[in-house]
Order: sequence, then structure tokens, then C-alpha cells
Amino acid sequence: MKKSRDDYLTLFFISIIGFYILISLAFPMYAILSKSFENKDGEFIGLENYQSYFENSSLVYSIYNSLFVSIVTMVITISLAFVFAYALTKSRMAGKGVFRSIAMIPILVPSLLSGISLIYLFGKQGVFRELLMGYEIYGPIGIIIAEVFYTFPHALLIIVTALSIGDARLYEAAKVLRSKSIRTFFTVTLPSAKYGVISAAFVVFTLVITDFGIPKVIGGNYNVLAVDVYKQVIGQQNFEMGAVVSMVLVFPALIAFAVDRIVQRKQVAILTSRSVVHEPNESKTFDRIMFGYCSVISALILTILGMCLYASLVTFWPYNLTLSFKNYQFDLMDGGGWDSYYNSIRMASYTAVFGTIAVFAGAYFVEKARSLKTGRSILHLLSMMPMAIPGLVLGLAYIFFFNHPDNPLNFLYGTMAILVICTITHFYTVSHLTALTSLKQIDNEFEHVSSSLKQPFYKTFFRVTVPISLPAIFEIGIYFFVNAMTTVSAVVFLYSSKTTLASVAVLNMDDAGDIAPAAAMGMMIFYTNAAVRIVYVLLTKKILVRFQNWRHKTV
Amino acid sequence: MDQYLSVKNVVKYFGKFQALNNINFDVNEGEFVCILGPSGCGKTTLLRVIAGLESQSEGTIQQNNNDISLLPPDQRDFGIVFQSYALFPNLTVKDNISFGLKTRKQNRNEIDTRVDELLKLVGLSDHINKYSAQLSGGEQQRVALARALAPSPGLLLLDEPLSALDAKVRQHLRLEIKNLQKQLGVTTIMVTHDQEEALTMADRIILMNNGVIEQEGSPQDIYSKPTTAFSANFIGTTNLFKAKKISSNSLEIHGSVLDCNDNINDDVSTVTIRPEDIKVSDSGEDKNILSGTIKELEFLGSNIRGHIEVNFKSDKAIVLCNFAAEYIQNNNIQTNASINISLQPHAIKIVKD
Repeated sequence: MKKSRDDYLTLFFISIIGFYILISLAFPMYAILSKSFENKDGEFIGLENYQSYFENSSLVYSIYNSLFVSIVTMVITISLAFVFAYALTKSRMAGKGVFRSIAMIPILVPSLLSGISLIYLFGKQGVFRELLMGYEIYGPIGIIIAEVFYTFPHALLIIVTALSIGDARLYEAAKVLRSKSIRTFFTVTLPSAKYGVISAAFVVFTLVITDFGIPKVIGGNYNVLAVDVYKQVIGQQNFEMGAVVSMVLVFPALIAFAVDRIVQRKQVAILTSRSVVHEPNESKTFDRIMFGYCSVISALILTILGMCLYASLVTFWPYNLTLSFKNYQFDLMDGGGWDSYYNSIRMASYTAVFGTIAVFAGAYFVEKARSLKTGRSILHLLSMMPMAIPGLVLGLAYIFFFNHPDNPLNFLYGTMAILVICTITHFYTVSHLTALTSLKQIDNEFEHVSSSLKQPFYKTFFRVTVPISLPAIFEIGIYFFVNAMTTVSAVVFLYSSKTTLASVAVLNMDDAGDIAPAAAMGMMIFYTNAAVRIVYVLLTKKILVRFQNWRHKTV
Repeated sequence: MDQYLSVKNVVKYFGKFQALNNINFDVNEGEFVCILGPSGCGKTTLLRVIAGLESQSEGTIQQNNNDISLLPPDQRDFGIVFQSYALFPNLTVKDNISFGLKTRKQNRNEIDTRVDELLKLVGLSDHINKYSAQLSGGEQQRVALARALAPSPGLLLLDEPLSALDAKVRQHLRLEIKNLQKQLGVTTIMVTHDQEEALTMADRIILMNNGVIEQEGSPQDIYSKPTTAFSANFIGTTNLFKAKKISSNSLEIHGSVLDCNDNINDDVSTVTIRPEDIKVSDSGEDKNILSGTIKELEFLGSNIRGHIEVNFKSDKAIVLCNFAAEYIQNNNIQTNASINISLQPHAIKIVKD
């Protein structure tokens, strides 16, 4: 068939976005992979680096440590989150909205903030250090507690979704057949949530094994893979070994990613458009137990956050407990001062704007373009890849790729742009999936109607698709913003003295022993993200409603 | 009438599956053609090929004497209405209808006039500023129709336009669309699986099955002169039998020899007899009289359909047969009663398998 103008435009945009992902992901990954086979002079030496890695017992021991904390965290988080999600979806307890909001708090702070909080709670001068009965918080215990805090909302979101799709008709059928509630749980609830739970488990596993902030802050001498990468590169300037450890780190992440994708595909099959939402029955005892449970979990989350808030306001822990803003005078400390905070805001804003545009446009072409079937599948595949790559590895890969003197893109190195590019790429996949889900709900025939009316696709895109998708577009923007504010791993290798970031400042101030200012900066990130969230909620309530009044039956 | 659209030797494969097998037909200017068939017969694929939403694997399509086979949809001249209406939910009725008018460099007044004209045509002038969520299904479908007609396309394509509507609304809209089409004289192709819809609306029906055209013709012809067993069975209700040739004007069904007015060519053939062509026979004057027992009586309103177990010479077989409700009542006929029926010679028609 002849190509129309729309087809050429589609090809043009698909190529641009595809090319962007190639440059921001595939090429850097190739650079880091080949680096792991080179010596310091850049000569190819085969597996020699890997050999010396596996001969170094302290490095290899990190693999075991990483797997240990990841698996233990996975088990604890999934258990806690499952009950919490069960309470949110299958009980009629009071305060569901509040519990849900509290459970989401960890998403709004950098992961390492929970580590800092634990130091204040259980550290050498901690409030509750006796509770540990002589055990050290620095090490696996601290890492696991902090990681559970950090991964809890991620697991919760997935499991809540999985539990809410349980078809009410199945519950009614079970009831009519007089099935006991335990039996209903095992024959109806669990099977329909199974894939969600598995998927959540792998997400938690990946988050923990690739997280570097928490073990850096509270790990003590307990080495894990992610910290090894950082130490090899920043501490010892051994880039080749950093590349090798990165490849070792990518391996479990890739497997977790693959399993997650397979499981997700099965999950979709359960969900039919005919499913009816299940409304739980009232049961006073059950609701009370669930309320109690959620209160305890929420109290723990608030304690961790509250401790940070308190610590950031105390003048000099633990000797002078009068409250002051002394710790917020960032310009007096290392880490870039208030500029870091403003840089972070700028970086997060750019990421939100450009990331949302790229992701939504990319998802639109993948889902809605009429021609170029192959090109669209390739673009979709490329869009899925960033999820498999740990942020730390991506950041290191950027050094090898962008800092290479022969690379024409070399000028990007050390700029704000490279931070934005790296962050967009790092969080691309989840946003892509959000956009796809939203676009799939829009009738495909809109595009056909417009082409029969001789209208270019971009007119339909701007007049119909974008307005209908506004809620999803805002959701993606916020996701980018919040994550850009909190991310450490993706940017820790890439900032320059002019582009220091708040999240990295938390890390560096903590490293320099300024723990209270680190907590204060972490809290600044929390305030900002919380404010953005609140503004977003108000926006959706007030302004979005005005633009979306077509959704309502009455005029 | 001039030939407007010509589909020649169109073949469509999806991978190894052949969805369309050598499709040939013409549509005259101003004609209303229905493509009718069961789901999966290829009718929607055919419509999408005509629209350019799918590309055919082989064959050509000509519209208004231009070869459009390779043109993308936005370079073809048609308007389309889908089963899902596909109204833009965030645009008002007015903006939906004027969506296709804006780039044609018409000024505001012209566009407004055209929108008013179309709304009057579909009887929705009061709803000009409403959103689709505020309209009923039937109203939404009429807006979709107005939107498709707005740029005055040469060809109107309707893809199961009434399937999502309630029975009453559907009957009403059938007539309305038909009248509108006549009034505007726009060449129209409608795809449907509903035989009643096709029979009431079409000037000509193209009946499809398994990717091929089974039969094409006027609704009357398709109903009364089915050429294949599929046509006879798909449209209306019928009795199908295997028959053996005895002479040039008689054949044998289940051992019974019956007179037949149709041309009998082959030694073995399939015959169709419509239930309404079967007569209750009280006297000996009728031909092809057989005795039977009423097994079931199905109430259809003005008619009652009997399932009659007929005693053919070699064995028994069920024959469907329509009675006037009055006849059943007046004669107090009940199940298990015996009855004589006549398979009239002109009602026995030979069809291809």
C-alpha cells in the first residue's frame, strides 16, 4: 500500500524515539559490557577481569550477601504487604484512604533516608538501641529493615491491584455453593492474586538487589554488589572491575525482569472486561483485626519518617535537643548546599516534562499507529528494556559511553541534560506501561474514523487522545518527578560540581558524618514530593474535573 | 445505473489463514448493498479492505473509475460508521460532526450551516451541544452517521451499525438509515450478520461464507431462489433433504417419489423446501402428499411452526411446516395428532451443497 503523509510522520517519530532509547540505553550498555572485557589501557583481554573478580573472595561474598538480604526482604515485604492489601481490598475497616496514603510515604523519600532514620532509632546513640539486645543495626539487620520500608509501597500497589480484580461473581458462586470462607480464600482469592504476588516478589527482589543507598548508609562492613560497584568506581577508580560487578548485578535483575514479564502476561488473561468488582461483606471481628494490623504498620512507617523529621530539627543530637533549623543551613555543609535542592527541582521538572512527552508519544505510536507493524513492535521492545537495567549500572554505562572522547555526544557529559536523559531512561518502562494501559482503553476506531474524515493523526492526537488521557499523563508526570527527586543510583556517577542533586547530597552529607543535615535534606525531598502529590490531588479534583465534564451523564 | 465501486479478484491472507478467497462484485452508484454472513465469514475484513484499513493480498478495487487498491485510507473517498460509534467522547455533537470539515478551508458559517443541516437530517437538532455520554445509543449512532456524511463522501461504509442497539431502536433506525440513504443517494455498503436487517434495508445482498461469496442478488431473490444449501439455511428457516433423480420431473427423498418443477440435472442433489410453502392437505387433489405426526408446535405469533415427523417410504424424518395460528385453533390441533401435508412441486428447489 502507498504511504500517506501520516505513515511518513509515524515513521519519523518512531525513529526518533527508538533512536533516543538506543542512544540512552543500548549503546551505553554495549559500552559497559565491552569495558568489562578490557584492561586499563582499553585492550581486549577476554574474561580476565571476570577471572580476577571470582578469585577475590571478599567480592564474591557480596553476591551471597546481596542474595541474602534481597530474599529475606522479599519474604518479609510480601507477607506484610499481602495482609495490608487484603485489609484494603477485602475488609470494611474504617480509614482505608488514610492507611493507603501512609503506606505510600516511602515512595516519596530517597531510599537511604530510612537508613538514616534507623541510625537515629537504633544506632550507637539511638533512641531504642536496647531493643536490638546487643545486635548491631549496621549490617544485614539495618539493611533489611530499611529495605522493607522502601519496598513496601511498591509491593502493596501490585498486590492491591491483583486482589481487586477478583471477580465478584466467583465469590457469589462460592457463597451459593456454601463454601467456607477459608476455602473461598484458597480457591478464589489466592489463585486470582497469585500472579500479582509473584510479580510483586520479583519487583521487591530487583529493587533490593539493585539498591545502593541503603546498604551504603547502614550496611557497615556488610558488602553487597551495588555498593561494590560504587566502591570500585568512586573509591578505587577501577572502572573495569566496576563494569564486571555491574554485569554480575545485571544478571539477577534480568532474570527477575523476564519472570515478571511472563507472569504479567498471564495476569492479564484473568482480567476480563466482564468481571464484576467484589464488595466485601461486613465482619466486625475481621475488620477490627485488620484495622489493628494496618494501624501497627502505619505507626511503624510514621515512626521512621517522624524520626527523620525530629532528627532534622534537633539542634545537636543527642546533646542539645532544642528544635531549630540549623540543620537546614545546607550552604554551610558539603554536598552542594541549597543549590543541590534547586538543581533537583529543575532536574525533576525537566524529567517530568520531557519524559512524559517522550513516553506518551512513544506509547501512542506503539498502540495506535496504523502502519509499520514491525517498527512499532521494535519500539515496544526497546521501551521495555530500561526496566531490566539497574540504575547504578545505567549510570556507570553513561560514563563509559558519553565520556568517551570520540563520542560526538561527549559535550553532554557533566551537564544537567545527561542527568535528565539518564533519569528518563531509568524510569521509562513503568511510565510506558501506564501510558499503554490508558491508551488501550481508548477505542482504536477513533484513528480509523479520523483517517476516513481525511484528518491527520496529530489532529486526533491533540484534540481527542491527549484530552481523554489527561489523568494518565499527569500520573506519568508525577511518577517521573517524584522518582527524579529521590533517585540516587542512576545519577550518582553523573553529577558535576554545577549539577549536584539533593538526593546525592543526602548521601554525601551522610558520608561526611553530617547525618542531621542529611536527614534534613531528605525531608526537603519529602516535603516537595508530598506537596506535588497534594497539588496533583487538588488539581484532579478541581481543574481536571472542569476539563473532563464530558465524562458525566448530566450537563 | 453507473457502476461506482468494483472489487476484482480480492484475496486476503492473515498468515496462512485465508480470510477472503477471490471476491468479485460491483456496486452501482446510489445502491445500498449489504454484505451478509455469519461471524468469521470475512465480511468485516472485506469492508476494511475497501476502506484501506487492511491491505488485500491480491486483487484490485476501483472506485469511480480510479484504481484505489494501493491508496491509504485518508486518500480514499468514504465515510465510515462503526458498531462502537467511535464518537469522540470529549467533543460535543457539533464538534464531532464538524471534525472532518475543518481542514477543508470552509469558513465558520459554512461549517455551522452544514452541521445544522446534518443534525436536522438525523433529527438531533436539540442535542447540538451535548457530549456522547449524554446521548442514548440510538442518538449516538445517528451522530456517528451525521459525522460520516458531513464531508459528503462518495461511499458510505457501515460496519454492523445497529448491532449494539436494543431491538426496538434497531427496527426504527433501520428504516431511518434506509430512507436517509435514498434521500441522499449515497452509495452504501453495510456489513451485518443479521439477515432481517439485510432483507429489509438492502437493494442487493452479498451473502458470504468462509471467505467466499455464496450468492448475490435482491433480497427477494436471495430468499425465494437460494442457489446453495448455505443460502437457503442461513436466510430464514428451511428444510434440506438429499434427493435422487428419478426422471426429469420427479425425484426420490427417503424412498418417497415426489414431483418437482425445478430443473433436475444431477443424479444426486440437495433440495430445500421452505416451511411456509408446505401445505396441509385435506383432499386428494394435492400432489406429493405424505402423512405424519405433529411432534411439537412452536408459537411464533401470527404463525405456528409444526415439527412434523413425516412417514417417508423408507424412514421417518422431521419436517418443519408453518401453519396459520387460526387454522390450529379452529381445528383444535394438538401435538401427537396425525396430519397430511403436501410438499408442493413448485416449492421443492434444488441447491448446490
